[in-house]
Amino acid sequence: MIRLTVLLSLTVWLAAGAAGHAAGAPPSSEVARALADLTTDDADKREAAVTVIGQTRDPKWIQFLSGLRDGSVYARTRAGVTELVVGGSKATRGDQDVIDIAGAYDREPLGTVPLAELKEVPADRRLRLVIKPFLDADETKGQFADPDPGVRRGAAVKLGNQAAAGAAPVVEEALKKEGDRWVRHALAEALALIRLANGDGAQRAAAAQALGELHSESALPALQRLAADTAASATEREAAVHAIRGIQRWGLLTRTVETLFQGASLASILLLMALGLAVVFGLMGVINMAHGELMALGAYATYVVQNWFRAAWPAHFDSYFLVALPVSFVVAAAVGLVLERGVIRFLYGRPLETLLLTWGASLIIQQGLRLWFGAANVDVSSPSWLSGGVPVMVGLTLPYNRVFIIGLATVSVAAMYWLLFRTSAGLRIRAVTQNRAMSSCLGVRAGVVDATTFAFGAGLAGLAGCALTQIGNVGPSLGQNYIVDSFMVVVTGGVGKLAGTILASAGLGGLTKGVEPALGAVFGKVAILVAVILFLQRRPAGLFATRGRNAEA
Amino acid sequence: MAAFSRRDFVKGSLVAGAALGAGVGFPSVLRAQDTVKIGVLHSLSGTMAISEVSLRDVVLMAVEEINAKGGVMGKKVTPVVVDPASNWDLFAEKAKQLLLQDKVAAVFGCWTSVSRKSVLPVFENNNGLLFYPVQYEGEECSKNVFYTGATPNQQLIPGAEYLMSKEGGAYKKFYLLGTDYVFPRTANKILRAFLLAKGVPADNIAEEYTPFNHQDYQTIVGKIKRFSSGGTACVLSTINGDSNVPFYKEFTNQGLRSENAPIMAYSVAEDELRGMDTSALVGHLAAWNYFQSVETANNKKFVQAFKAYAKKANLPGGDKRVTDDPMEAAYFGVYIWKQAVEKAKSFDVDPVRKAVYGQTFAAPSGTIKMHEVNHHTYRPVLIGEILKDGQFKIISRTKGLVEPEPWSKYTSPDKGCDWVKYQGTYQKKA
Repeated sequence: MIRLTVLLSLTVWLAAGAAGHAAGAPPSSEVARALADLTTDDADKREAAVTVIGQTRDPKWIQFLSGLRDGSVYARTRAGVTELVVGGSKATRGDQDVIDIAGAYDREPLGTVPLAELKEVPADRRLRLVIKPFLDADETKGQFADPDPGVRRGAAVKLGNQAAAGAAPVVEEALKKEGDRWVRHALAEALALIRLANGDGAQRAAAAQALGELHSESALPALQRLAADTAASATEREAAVHAIRGIQRWGLLTRTVETLFQGASLASILLLMALGLAVVFGLMGVINMAHGELMALGAYATYVVQNWFRAAWPAHFDSYFLVALPVSFVVAAAVGLVLERGVIRFLYGRPLETLLLTWGASLIIQQGLRLWFGAANVDVSSPSWLSGGVPVMVGLTLPYNRVFIIGLATVSVAAMYWLLFRTSAGLRIRAVTQNRAMSSCLGVRAGVVDATTFAFGAGLAGLAGCALTQIGNVGPSLGQNYIVDSFMVVVTGGVGKLAGTILASAGLGGLTKGVEPALGAVFGKVAILVAVILFLQRRPAGLFATRGRNAEA
Repeated sequence: MAAFSRRDFVKGSLVAGAALGAGVGFPSVLRAQDTVKIGVLHSLSGTMAISEVSLRDVVLMAVEEINAKGGVMGKKVTPVVVDPASNWDLFAEKAKQLLLQDKVAAVFGCWTSVSRKSVLPVFENNNGLLFYPVQYEGEECSKNVFYTGATPNQQLIPGAEYLMSKEGGAYKKFYLLGTDYVFPRTANKILRAFLLAKGVPADNIAEEYTPFNHQDYQTIVGKIKRFSSGGTACVLSTINGDSNVPFYKEFTNQGLRSENAPIMAYSVAEDELRGMDTSALVGHLAAWNYFQSVETANNKKFVQAFKAYAKKANLPGGDKRVTDDPMEAAYFGVYIWKQAVEKAKSFDVDPVRKAVYGQTFAAPSGTIKMHEVNHHTYRPVLIGEILKDGQFKIISRTKGLVEPEPWSKYTSPDKGCDWVKYQGTYQKKA
């Protein structure tokens, strides 16, 4: 019925429009009257006018209504005749504000006129309410044609949530054309939801079964209503109960997988942050309070690389991050090298002095960043391949940035093990760590080894900073936000043991995400800190205590 | 506030020391008869500097404008700028210094509620005058403070109302998410009472808090996803500054979209969006009393003037600076004070205070009016949608001004605030 009316009015309009165009005359008399009514003060007339214009279902008139809703429609009176125009970009010429205007229907440019000559046609709340449904119908159609599957999926979810009977044909049609697996899933879900809400008994039972097979969590409230509905037939209720059970089982599964992934993601972030610290603190015994600021340097290096790409190679913007990774490593490593050669090497074996010194360095770096880049946060955009996520199962989407960081952490650990245990440089590092005097006697240049180890640890901090830009903010105080967690991981793991650091980050990450759903973020954090304190009471040396003669060194 | 480490404390004291040192050089020597002093009490260092520095800038700009037009009652206005360094004990100390030592006629300052609470006794005991420019949780009615920002019913409730309306999407489930401190806690208390009063079942309201600087929103977004899967749910967010980017990023990355689950933010304005990658925020909403995109002649002048001022004064950011709601409130606060002084023909606190009642001013957001009895401000309420360039498209605005209610009728229906007929907060008769 609705379609028939629409079709009719469309035909009427098309005929009128075609005739009008040929002569360059104003639109059909009905629409023309509606346009005139829009400029009146009578709210009822204005409302009726919008309905008339909307019912033409002409994309161009719909666009006009959208402009009206945005407040870009103006009335212009020339020689006693009022016409409606659509405003475009505004500018200031001298002391006068001017605006580009275009025809209401065809959007043909009508030149630039002073703003003072026009009167805005205001769209008050009431009018906007009338306009909305026309735009929505048009919007959904446009969204189903969008090349981005995310947009198509969003439109399907929206229609499913609204569950309006009229939307079924649109969804069916979209389902026929759709190729993407996940959009198909959302569409099938939407269709079943619509049938569940509007169909007859048999359709409802079938829809309930379908929803159960689709593992649709959005259907749970509707299904629960159906299961409790005494007016429904036994088959319907049974189908609903069955579906609910299936969906809840599936929900438990997704929640478990989700928590595991979240734990892994947090663990990988903690690991990346703590890795550099573990090298410097664990192997060299230097309590590096500037570790956080080295991360901040890495993050700012990423920001600078991003700006280079934006300015010089906008076409390759997405690959900036691949360049930023090594650059941030090098920048932080270079600063670390200067720090080590400049001051820290004079203070080996004096942990309290190095603590004070590195803390001072952290303040200097932090203030330097503040002076150079400003106190406010800077914006680092995610490359498109790190935005969004990959749906892996119904109800679970894994964000690309987190998957990437898990990969980066894995690669970093592997690279570090290779470096320490498979290369001669690593052998020398281990030798100096175990017995500095003996290594020196045997011809290992302890000073060079110290410098490279420190620089390497600093570089890892830079790398972590680069990765963190994809998760959090970049500002001068970035380091402070992470330093406590980094130390917590290293100390819990046991100083001097890489395996301890890895295990501690996995344990803390998993534990945090395990308790957070139940306790909330604030108490979750408290619980973790209490757990760490209790653990350190029992094992002050951490998970993996260093044993042997040099344990006290 | 956030877990303050000892480093923060030491750093805070260092900065504070530096600020004290700098204070000596300020023009407090100007005691000539043809000047009048006002105090500017905003944090210029520490965690709140990001937000508060812009308020100092805009207050100084207003002073410059006023001085260029001959000052107040023929006297040049001399601002005394102090830096309480985001440290609320220091706020009280600096306020005392401004009132007793510098003897300023009025003070413009504070951002966080805790800083305002800390200076409140100083202003009340010494009969000072404070103009407070930020939206806040209400439940306060001080004789010595004028609140030019929004009360809960001028921001929180219209935002929720919009999402409940047909036009806003007729959302039925509400996820109240905030940073863990006084404003979000009180705001959510009021919002919950409002939603319950409107017939939203308690099961359809979720409430959750995160610590300051929280970065990992995986679990919460997962919860929101499940919460919203049953139908139409929205998020009412009082998350503070820094945590917003990770939150919105996670939200988008986990596949949630603004049309299915919009976020209405109460603490994200143009100035915060400056340092953010806005791509993940586009399409989400915010409720304020002013946006830079307000189309009035006054606002155009205001925005241009501020950009020009920022460039001329060599402020970081220069003419790329933006204006936002608290800045507008801070700006017109200075003018309200000027008008009240001229009406009272005196700089003394008591006559000026009485002259402020009912004062109107053509502010950038339109003509605003100071309340006749309760020390707050009539303002329009706007809902904006975040655009890619960090600006807002205004999608809804109230007709006319909304009367401020310092005591929300949903949580304290028995209380009112009146400094004419009563002595501040009073019990309404049943």
